[in-house]
Amino acid sequence: MNERFIILQEKYFDEELNAEEKAEFKNILETNNDLQKEFEEQKRIKEVLRKMKLKNPSREVWDSYWMGIYNRIERGIAWVVISIGALIFFGYASYEMVNAFINDTQTPPLAKFGITLLIFGALILIFSLIREKIFTSKRDKYKEVQR
Amino acid sequence: MRKKIIEDPGLSVSLKEEFEMLVKQNMRRAYFSALGLLGSHDAAMDVTQEAFIRAYRNFKNFNGEKKFFTWYYSILKNLCLNFIRDRKRKNETEYIEFKENEHSQNRSSEAIENKELIEKLQEAIDELDFDDREVIILKEFEDHTYKEIAEILNVPVGSVMSRLFYARKKLAVKLKRKV
Repeated sequence: MNERFIILQEKYFDEELNAEEKAEFKNILETNNDLQKEFEEQKRIKEVLRKMKLKNPSREVWDSYWMGIYNRIERGIAWVVISIGALIFFGYASYEMVNAFINDTQTPPLAKFGITLLIFGALILIFSLIREKIFTSKRDKYKEVQR
Repeated sequence: MRKKIIEDPGLSVSLKEEFEMLVKQNMRRAYFSALGLLGSHDAAMDVTQEAFIRAYRNFKNFNGEKKFFTWYYSILKNLCLNFIRDRKRKNETEYIEFKENEHSQNRSSEAIENKELIEKLQEAIDELDFDDREVIILKEFEDHTYKEIAEILNVPVGSVMSRLFYARKKLAVKLKRKV
């Protein structure tokens, strides 16, 4: 498509053509039937779009918009604090459990070995799942689209 | 008065107030851009608010070289693309309407025709590629200038004009098939 025609047409729609460009655009339309048809088609769709607008939500939506963001940020912070607290608590509980387990003389060595393998296997599984999640997130093709 | 301070991510009170002001200044056009791209009020609300939260977390990186909306739009666009990628089914609510002065409620036949036109136009817009829909929304519905769109999309003004031309052409073809 004629790039100059496109630029002149867009300027025409925005009423930005100067006298010289107006004459040039008029000349293009008069001498090229295909471009004249393109112009008519574009004018028609512009006219349809000109009559339309996106639906405006109610006033209450706008009044509560900032508070919605504020609440979500606040809740996000609450979750971070809860997560840190849970991490510390479960870390400490795990440490105490391991200590008690090592010092426990009642459990037979074979049972201790079995439990150790069970926990070790579970840890490998969790590590593998987390690594896969991070790997997938890094390769998300939409993540950095035209940033 | 509700407390102004949000404890994280360590922004000063003045920066937080500045951010609140920027949200209030830009929420409408953010919402309408997302509404045009996603075609759903709930999704547009959710995605624009999430984008503002991400902008808030990275607000210290906003250096003011670009306009806030231009910077914010890149976050919003990524979230919209993610939303479209993950969406299970298409939205079926109407998000386009006639401008008040273009619409007559008097004749019922005209009202039905108008409703049909809106449905067809909406379907045609939904069928466009994301990039085409984006320029149509920014220019024809949001009324941004070519220069503003060029800044938002980080492309030359000539490319914006060209993209608009071809997007309208595709829209016209799709609409013609439906009407």
